[in-house]
Amino acid sequence: MSFTVRKDEAKGVVVIGVDGQLIVGNRHELKKKVVDAMEAGELRFVVDFADTGYIDSSGLGVLVSLSKKIREAGGDLRLAGLNEDLRTLFELTKLDTLFTIMGSAEEAVAAF
Amino acid sequence: MTAPLRLFVRRRETTVPDAETRRVEIAVRVPTDLDVVEETVDLVARHCLASGVPPRAARFVVRVVLCEALANAIVYGNQLDPGKRVDVRVEVADDQLQLRVEDEGEGFDPGRVPDPTEPHRIECPEGRGLFLIRQLVDEVHFNDRGNSICMIMRRA
Repeated sequence: MSFTVRKDEAKGVVVIGVDGQLIVGNRHELKKKVVDAMEAGELRFVVDFADTGYIDSSGLGVLVSLSKKIREAGGDLRLAGLNEDLRTLFELTKLDTLFTIMGSAEEAVAAF
Repeated sequence: MTAPLRLFVRRRETTVPDAETRRVEIAVRVPTDLDVVEETVDLVARHCLASGVPPRAARFVVRVVLCEALANAIVYGNQLDPGKRVDVRVEVADDQLQLRVEDEGEGFDPGRVPDPTEPHRIECPEGRGLFLIRQLVDEVHFNDRGNSICMIMRRA
């Protein structure tokens, strides 16, 4: 499992891909990548779940806290690439009301 | 060096002759260490798949609910005490899948866990584990002490 980070220079959006799963064992790694980018001045983020198998409640929790942190700094964190199973997790927990969820990372970047 | 987790796995397959039903039991003894959650979940999910559990259940539901139950057992149950263990027992039968996770902690009252979807809790970073389990499986039971959770998924 790992995270890939790339930046869309034209839109100024950092896209973080989650390869594998976002769970209790690796959530801090995602948090560090976002916080490091924020310290470098980034405020627009997309987390891409196109290559993600599953997310646990710790993973959902880190997304919630990062989203809040980014919004308080004047930015936004959007989600993309959720398959049907992953989208169900957000719907069950009503977190689909908290996040902007786009079909693909490209759409999410373009919408900024 | 710690022995690989797979050495702590026991698998037993039985067939009830008259009823022609088959049952597979898988047991894993897991150390109190969040770093082994992913490996345990993967190991159990692969055993479930090999034992006839439908791919979607093995790929997603089993992984999510086991991940939640293990993390709760390690963090809240065993309080991250490395001297304690978590026992995972899985029974795959023709009509249902049963996952049992037991820690060595004092237990808790599952009736006192608040609903994480209430508007004032929606931005809380924690408290969704048991809720997700209850949403994803057909039945959830606890023992009286509250240190053992049993999750049942019925086969359609």
